[in-house]
Amino acid sequence: MSILHAESEHLLNAVLGLLERKGIVRPEEITERIASTDQASPARGAAMVARAWTDAGFRARMLADGTMAAEEMGIPMRGLPPLGVLENTKQTHHLVVCTLCSCYPRAVLGYPPFWFKSAAYRARAVRDPRGLLTEWGTSLPEAMQLRVVDSTADYRWMVLPMRPDGTEGWSDEQLAALVREGDMIGVTIPGVGANKS
Amino acid sequence: MLTPDIFQPGQNVRVKLDWPETRGACHIRTPHYLRGQRGVVERHLGAFPNPEALAFARKAETLNLYHVRFAQSQFWGEGQTGDAVVVELYESWLEAV
Repeated sequence: MSILHAESEHLLNAVLGLLERKGIVRPEEITERIASTDQASPARGAAMVARAWTDAGFRARMLADGTMAAEEMGIPMRGLPPLGVLENTKQTHHLVVCTLCSCYPRAVLGYPPFWFKSAAYRARAVRDPRGLLTEWGTSLPEAMQLRVVDSTADYRWMVLPMRPDGTEGWSDEQLAALVREGDMIGVTIPGVGANKS
Repeated sequence: MLTPDIFQPGQNVRVKLDWPETRGACHIRTPHYLRGQRGVVERHLGAFPNPEALAFARKAETLNLYHVRFAQSQFWGEGQTGDAVVVELYESWLEAV
C-alpha cells in the first residue's frame, strides 16, 4: 500500500515509533507539546498586552524580546520559534499575515483562526490591506502608516495594540478582557464596548 | 558556519530574481511577489539554519535573517503611498544595490 493510502492513525503511529527509535524525540516531549498547544489561547496574548499597558518595564522587555516576556508570564516557549512583538502607535498600525502558509504565534494566541489560513486573507493582506481592514470594520486615519508583516521564516509575530481611551485605572484583568485575537493579528483595534469576536 | 552579518539597517537591497522552483523540488521561504523587488533593510533578526535545506533533511548552513521593508504599492501599483510590507528574508536571497 502506498503511503498516500495508509490509514492516518497507522501512519501517525508508525512515524511516532520511528521518531522514538531514532532518538529524535521522546514520547513525553510530544505529549507535553500537544498539551501545551491545546492550553494556549488568545487569553495568554491578551494577558501580555494588558500587562504591557500597565507596566512600562514589561512593555520594554516585551518589545525587545517577546519570547523572554512570554516566559516571564509563565508561558512555555522552549523549542519554539522566537516571538516578535509589533508595537502599534498613533503613527503606525501593524497587520500580520503569512502569505506562504499559516505561521502563527500559537504559544501566545493558540490555534490560528480559519480565515488566517485562507488564500483570500493571505493574498489580500499584502495586495489590498486597507480594503481588507475596512471589511473588518477597521478604518485607519489616512496619516497613519500601515505596516503589513509577512511572516515567512523563523519568527512568529503578534501585535501590541494601543491601550484604548476610557480605561484609566482599570486592572490588568479588566484590560485583558478587552483584547481579542484579531487585535493581536491587527485586523481589529480594541476599544471599550468593541464587539466581542 | 555563520557568514558575517553584512547588511546594515537602512541599506538598499534587492531580492534575487530567481525561480528555484523551475529547477526541481524545493522549499522556499521567499514569496513570489518579492522576487526582483527592491527594499530597505530594517534590522538583523538573528541567524537560523537554512529552512530551505532543513526541509529536505540536508545539512543546513546557518544564515543571517533580516527584516526588509518594501513600499506596499510597489508590487501591484495599488494601495496607499507610505504603507509598507515588512518581510523576513535570508541573506541568500538578498543582494546589495
